Amino acid sequence: MQTPKEVLIDPIFNNNPIALQVLGVCSALAVTVNMSTTLVMCAAVTFVTTMSNVLVSTVRNRVPSSIRIIVQMTLIASLVIVVDQILRAVAYDISKSLSVFVGLIITNCIVMGRAEAFAMQNGPWLSALDGFGNALGYSVILIAVALVREPLGSGTLLGYEILPRVADGGFYYTNGLMLLAPSAFFIIGLFIWGIRSWKPEQVEEPTYEIAPNMQYKEAM
Amino acid sequence: MAEVNNPRKFDKEGLGNVLLVAVSVCLVCSIVVSSAAVMLKPQQQINQELDRKQNILRAAGMLSADSIFDSEGRGVDEIFKRFDVRAVNLETGEYTDSVDVESYDQTKASRVSATSRDLTTSEDIATLGRREHVALVYMLTTEKGALDKLVLPVRGYGLWGTLFGYLAIEGDLQTVAGLAFYTHKETPGLGGEVDNPNWKALWPGVSLFDESGSPAVRLVKTRSPGGSAAAAHEVDALSGATMTSRGVENLVRFWTSELGYGPFLSKLQAGA
Repeated sequence: MQTPKEVLIDPIFNNNPIALQVLGVCSALAVTVNMSTTLVMCAAVTFVTTMSNVLVSTVRNRVPSSIRIIVQMTLIASLVIVVDQILRAVAYDISKSLSVFVGLIITNCIVMGRAEAFAMQNGPWLSALDGFGNALGYSVILIAVALVREPLGSGTLLGYEILPRVADGGFYYTNGLMLLAPSAFFIIGLFIWGIRSWKPEQVEEPTYEIAPNMQYKEAM
Repeated sequence: MAEVNNPRKFDKEGLGNVLLVAVSVCLVCSIVVSSAAVMLKPQQQINQELDRKQNILRAAGMLSADSIFDSEGRGVDEIFKRFDVRAVNLETGEYTDSVDVESYDQTKASRVSATSRDLTTSEDIATLGRREHVALVYMLTTEKGALDKLVLPVRGYGLWGTLFGYLAIEGDLQTVAGLAFYTHKETPGLGGEVDNPNWKALWPGVSLFDESGSPAVRLVKTRSPGGSAAAAHEVDALSGATMTSRGVENLVRFWTSELGYGPFLSKLQAGA
């Protein structure tokens, strides 16, 4: 049994949803072009993951297992729609640049994964901590990726100029790759490498080994 | 048997509970979602309206990109009041009162067959599919009553999706005052540079029509020598974004052609 502190802290580095479980990578690619959308996305995911864990955990003893996944989906989808509506009302510009990605939180594997794996078996308080912790783990990686992508891709951070671009009379040639989704793959890959060198226990056992090529004689 | 006879016994996996949970979850969620949507709708509409006005003003060069006040500190609504919004029948080029300018949704009208026309492949250079019969135009007049600026809603297909924007024309109905897109799906850093203020700054002063009066704007890799007849119609294309550049060229040409605002512009020119 984990202590509440472990439930909250573990997902940040020891059991990071992106770096160890490699879940939720899709939105990590899509929204990290600049920091402001990243922060809003992190806030939205944090809210949705925490609340969905609380709700799923609250109703877990009533929900028949035959329809539990649909019930979880319905709760998550409702939360996401509410978040989307609120964003459109209070942060219109950012909601425009996040466009479909807020809606796609519904399909974010982390939200569903925590609801099914943790909230269905634990009480609301622990589930809230677990949801919040996992969202923090997700946010840490997203923010780190955005920290690399926005300065190298656009020469700015949160819209403020860090590296003066050649287009604006500065010295920095912007790296177009950083603006495209594949760059986040490289960055996340480097992070996973870094975290696993720091915590070697996260390195997975190979699931199979490639057999050496057979000799001509043996094949006979 | 005892269990069946005792309805109070809670059977989590039973059909009754499945239905009960399904119905109650749906009910609660739909109430929450719909009340959130209804309660936030007024604020969302205000935002959309404000956003649309800002885009029109930015296209006309009357508002800078990162501010919601002009140089004299006036707010968006106040500056926008100076514009006269009119509905125009695109077939005839005449003003029309058939739609309410406050509530008319031009994009929606272009999807309904009763309020739009089909475009043939050769007509449809901007890949719109259909074009609405009635369009809104935003006119800014000087104190003497002469036309100062005209802002026209335009749209067309780029690489990934339709670009929506506003084309602002000077009072001579020949010179571009500005072009700005408010929604597009182009690649950030490549086609997405349609939002770059440096590129947008190339548009004011570009001449829309050639001597015969047909649309002549071109996005080019190499500009014609300055002073030549072609140079006045040319804008630098976006590097690394051929399809987006072509889309922008086509949409400007389409909307300034006879199928777009052409008839209206000729009427306006003749009347002025």
